Amino acid sequence: MKKHLVSTLFSKSAGLILSAALLAGLLGGCGSDGASAGAEGANGSGASADADGGEVIVYNWGEYIDPDVLDMFEEETGITVIYDEFETNEIMYPRVEAGASKYDVICPSDYMIQKMIDNDLLQELNFDHIPNAKANIGQQYWEQSEQFDPGNKYSVPYCWGTVGILYNKTMVDDVVDSWSILWDEKYADNILMQDSVRDAFMVALRLNGSSMNTLDPDELAAARDLLIEQKPLVQAYVIDQVRDKMIGNEAALGVIYSGEAIYTQRENPDLEYVIPKEGTNVWIDSWVVPKNAPNLENAEKFIDYMCRPDIALLNFEYITYSTPNEAARELIEDEDIKNSPIAFPDLSQYSLETFTYLGDEGDELYNEMWKEVKSE
Amino acid sequence: MHKGTNKKPAETPGIVYFNQTLMTAPYLVWALAFIIIPLLMIFYYGLTDKTGAFTLENVIAITTAQHSKALWLALLLSLISTALCLLLAYPLAMILAKRSVSQQSFIVLIFILPMWMNFLLRTLAWQTLLEKTGVINSVLTFLHLPTLNIINTPAAIILGMVYNFLPFMVLPLYNSLTKIDPNVVNAAYDLGANGTQTFLRVIFPLSIPGVISGITMVFVPALTTFVISNLLGGSKILLIGNVIEQEFTQASNWNLGSGLSIVLMIFIILNMVLTGIFDKNGEGTAL
Repeated sequence: MKKHLVSTLFSKSAGLILSAALLAGLLGGCGSDGASAGAEGANGSGASADADGGEVIVYNWGEYIDPDVLDMFEEETGITVIYDEFETNEIMYPRVEAGASKYDVICPSDYMIQKMIDNDLLQELNFDHIPNAKANIGQQYWEQSEQFDPGNKYSVPYCWGTVGILYNKTMVDDVVDSWSILWDEKYADNILMQDSVRDAFMVALRLNGSSMNTLDPDELAAARDLLIEQKPLVQAYVIDQVRDKMIGNEAALGVIYSGEAIYTQRENPDLEYVIPKEGTNVWIDSWVVPKNAPNLENAEKFIDYMCRPDIALLNFEYITYSTPNEAARELIEDEDIKNSPIAFPDLSQYSLETFTYLGDEGDELYNEMWKEVKSE
Repeated sequence: MHKGTNKKPAETPGIVYFNQTLMTAPYLVWALAFIIIPLLMIFYYGLTDKTGAFTLENVIAITTAQHSKALWLALLLSLISTALCLLLAYPLAMILAKRSVSQQSFIVLIFILPMWMNFLLRTLAWQTLLEKTGVINSVLTFLHLPTLNIINTPAAIILGMVYNFLPFMVLPLYNSLTKIDPNVVNAAYDLGANGTQTFLRVIFPLSIPGVISGITMVFVPALTTFVISNLLGGSKILLIGNVIEQEFTQASNWNLGSGLSIVLMIFIILNMVLTGIFDKNGEGTAL
């Protein structure tokens, strides 16, 4: 669920510089150079590694790993890492399905893993070769994974998080503990909603007490009507920009991923993150190995390496998305982070669900309803 | 080049013809790979369903409430933008055409300069300018003036369209106005026409080809845009371009996306036909 890339490119400050350039009507070309420099440079050392260990082809979200970790892996194992990135699950899926580019390790999200299992694209993992996984990943994350990977046969959790409300304490006086505040007319034009079908519907469905994976047309229609009712109050439907707009005090309330929340708080201390009482989506991004992986053995080594506590810690500190690696969490020195209710909420007090794959027809139903909301 | 010139007069045209074919080959390859094949693919996807069977459903889908609303809204906004561009660009082009050559090229340069900057970044800059706590509102607040709240409204989208596409209107107008022989204008004055009459009966009719090609160059990109409406409309305003984009990126329904693109092509072709008709009457002064 990592969606950093674009927002990093268009950070607020870059925008301001650009507007200045725009006003002057000059020097525009410089802006694009600075922006494209944000492209990933993780795989700098491909040539330096020994060829002995062969190679492993990794397909991961953009900016979703500490680049140093890849160098360390190459140095320790002699395996060359070929690293490739995707921006959304939907972009990743057809590439893997077509089989034109072969990957050894991929990091999709929950519902997409289920879709890949359903369509017979993944192979069962041999956990004897991945000892760090069972040893270090917390039991609750395995249980959560059962929702999309029954029996925990195909996936090893890498990052997880919740979706909640980020609000600005200087602009919101009420207690924020429910999704219903996003329907409060007091905050008209001060609300940022997620511009993606499943996340937007999740909010409305949970507020109505429905499952976020429902296929019941009546429940969906009720959620759709709720979203249409909310639309006049919404300032904008955005994805990456929630982060920058909230940091820039552009809105009072926004729906955001927990991994981004830690970053925004660092930039703007007035911001607070809350998991609403109606419950929310707990998402998990996990390592999986596709059926046609050319280097199975190296893929297992790579996943095992990622589950090592010190390595998981490096990744957590770099990307700030919650790690399911309990041993790594123990190593976190900053007590505030270690016990952060944002990064590591006590999930038992919430009613939580994970997205599941709805099938092609289910996806179509959701998309159709979402279009009705957007065109209203 | 060859002996017996008198005996084989046909050879020279043959070589020339062969050379011409050779010279156009890169263009033909280009056209095939990047124009014809993609177009055929759009028609293939647009006229089939997910199983590959022929269907017109994807094209007929334009009649559903959401799609037709998005189409009419896109038509409305792009027509307004085109009209505003014409109103802004015409006086400017006239002023330009009357300047000395060195002044002309400087002013034209000023207009083209922003186009060197990436289109996306320019639109994003407008977002930063128009935001509630953006540059313009900060200045207005500082001066104790009422703030401007047009971000995430159709007005902001029209502003973005006019800003981005204005040069495409100015340049063809300027081209056709500079081509008007000053003697024609002088003759009109000599024969007793006043300024208004000269403009309405001489200058404007002679600039029609420029007007038409300017309208095409603004209207077509404005009708199909999805970036401007996304960035300046806060994704709250769904234009037909947004619908098509979402079918490809979010819903991964290439068939429906292509079907709607075919409908959009019809409007663009209509516009082209109109241009063609006016160009025949005029002198073919496109950009």
